[in-house]
Amino acid sequence: MPTTLYDKIWNDHLVDQQNDGTSLLFVDRHLIHEVTSPQAFEGLRNSNRKVRHPNLTLAVVDHNIPTTDRSKGINDDDSRIQIETLDKNCKESGIKLFGIHDKRQGIVHIVGPEQGFTQPGTVIVCGDSHTATHGAFGSLAFGIGTSEVEHVLATQTLVQKKAKNFRINVNGKLAIGVTSKDVVLQIIGKIGTAGGTGHVIEYAGSLISDLSVENRMTICNMTIEGGARAGLIQPDQKIFDYLKDRPMSPKNENWDKALKYWKTLKTDSDAMFDKEINFTAEDIVPMVTWGTSPQDVVPIDGKVPNPKNERDIDRRNSMDRSLKYMGLEADIAVKDIKIDTVFIGSCTNGRIEDLREAAQILKNKKKAAHVHAMVVPGSGLVKEQAEQEGLDKIFINSGFEWREPGCSMCLAMNADKLKPEERCASTSNRNFEGRQGRGGRTHLVSPGMAAAAAIAGNLDDVRKYQN
Amino acid sequence: MQKFNTLKSIPAYLPIINIDTDMIIPKQFLKTIKRTGLGKNLFFEMRYDNDGKEIKDFTLNNKPFNNSKILITGNNFGCGSSREHAPWALLDFGITCVISSSYADIFYSNCFKNGILPIILKEEKIKEISEYSNRKEEISVDLNDQKIFYGNNEIKFDIDPFKKKCLIEGLDDISLSLEKSKQIDSFEKRLKEKKPWIFND
Repeated sequence: MPTTLYDKIWNDHLVDQQNDGTSLLFVDRHLIHEVTSPQAFEGLRNSNRKVRHPNLTLAVVDHNIPTTDRSKGINDDDSRIQIETLDKNCKESGIKLFGIHDKRQGIVHIVGPEQGFTQPGTVIVCGDSHTATHGAFGSLAFGIGTSEVEHVLATQTLVQKKAKNFRINVNGKLAIGVTSKDVVLQIIGKIGTAGGTGHVIEYAGSLISDLSVENRMTICNMTIEGGARAGLIQPDQKIFDYLKDRPMSPKNENWDKALKYWKTLKTDSDAMFDKEINFTAEDIVPMVTWGTSPQDVVPIDGKVPNPKNERDIDRRNSMDRSLKYMGLEADIAVKDIKIDTVFIGSCTNGRIEDLREAAQILKNKKKAAHVHAMVVPGSGLVKEQAEQEGLDKIFINSGFEWREPGCSMCLAMNADKLKPEERCASTSNRNFEGRQGRGGRTHLVSPGMAAAAAIAGNLDDVRKYQN
Repeated sequence: MQKFNTLKSIPAYLPIINIDTDMIIPKQFLKTIKRTGLGKNLFFEMRYDNDGKEIKDFTLNNKPFNNSKILITGNNFGCGSSREHAPWALLDFGITCVISSSYADIFYSNCFKNGILPIILKEEKIKEISEYSNRKEEISVDLNDQKIFYGNNEIKFDIDPFKKKCLIEGLDDISLSLEKSKQIDSFEKRLKEKKPWIFND
């Protein structure tokens, strides 16, 4: 029977399957961080269980850490305790950790690929919903809860039921100024925030093949905002070139064996999908969110929608609630929305190509005087690379703050947060109520659009600023 | 894990769609290293004002809903972040059953790990049952029979038989999986031969 890439990876990891379809799936790669792991280790200790394969788990600190000077330690007691707890748990169980002073430290979904820990055809899990990012490498990668983290630590497996197959094809070429962030926002706008629930999404089509590895990660990363736990892309030569000689990539003889296997990871041409939709790249323009769900998207030259035009009452109520929270009137031009803050970073857009994209727009330009703007590189290595290329100088000269790596204002667990009613153009992934700080108002955009907003002081069209 | 069998309560109704896990429990409460104590911060931003005072017109702040064990909500409940703190907060508040027309996948799975029963019903049935919340009347849930009883009515709901068994018996997933250690061992043995790069040794 013809099968999809998801089917193949699934079948290849089945340890056991009950008659009702409940399956035990082997986990090749497990990523952990300080926020969703402490209770898992506590659970292991309480039941006298050990970590089965410490070398298949990699730990980083990212969610909680300050992005300012860390040499004097962490002020916030709770954050410090979480970070120290991770350190202690990793030491006790022999798990490799990139701690706060390690230059390889960074956001878990940026570090995994960067180190070559992320590999095609593997099952990768992490107690974080943006684990879907790793699907860009042709792996089955998804977020799990803390009980499941404990389960993986104890057994190196996970109890799962198979999801359905959903293919999203994007064909054609993107116009200048339009990026993979706009593509994924467009997709979520179309399918809705629950459109992918119960499915694994495969992204395919000529545009997806043309995208760089990092741009593919941006698309897979936001799969969860469309409701699907995992999104993946068939691996190709770009992926293999990216992984060659990374610190944790297979070496020598193993590389040859791995490569041979990776090249077999393809969806059969006649495989069936439960759901399939198509997009044309030429139709996609720079996008921005207006509301409090990632599905609330509108083109940059569009208007804030009017709930009166919505027939579904629940949806209309939800739009009313979003407009109120966002402090916006229906029908106003999106470009008339003034912003206070710009955040460039996160596991969605904190990689080197994202920083290059923003820097290219900001070169020799200043941010608007009233805007507070910051760049938080996704990892220490991204930061180092950016500094070698002089990107830090471009950002600083434009009036941005140049920070230490971490999740930062994407979820505002550390000191980087919006004040009530503060409005932010953000390259992150969620515009939920309170996500970037209580009462904070988030507009999701691409790195180039964030740079344009910083210069203009309002949401603006990046296509006006092409250098 | 606490066993789930039957449950009787006046349900609380939150008629909002796409309630995300950030709304259920915001990030400042994720700094804990414990599973307990999160109930007082459940729905924090809807529940308390900027000075930390209870917002009067928020359902769960008022009797009898501050003691509800059943929560009825709009569709796509629990979307967004994978944080298991969301079901922990519900549980700590006393809610052990949620009724919605749909859930986000990760949240749905997290509920079962914590003895919470997430029931899926059609929209029109949700509206019908939510009337019992408005009237402050009890409804009851019987997991064994897969039925909800309200007034003189009853409705059957679907649930995965294995998940049902685990809830009713309070089974621990890890113990069940460890019973399959032999299969895991032999899977790993084959894996080492077939894909030696995975273990990297």
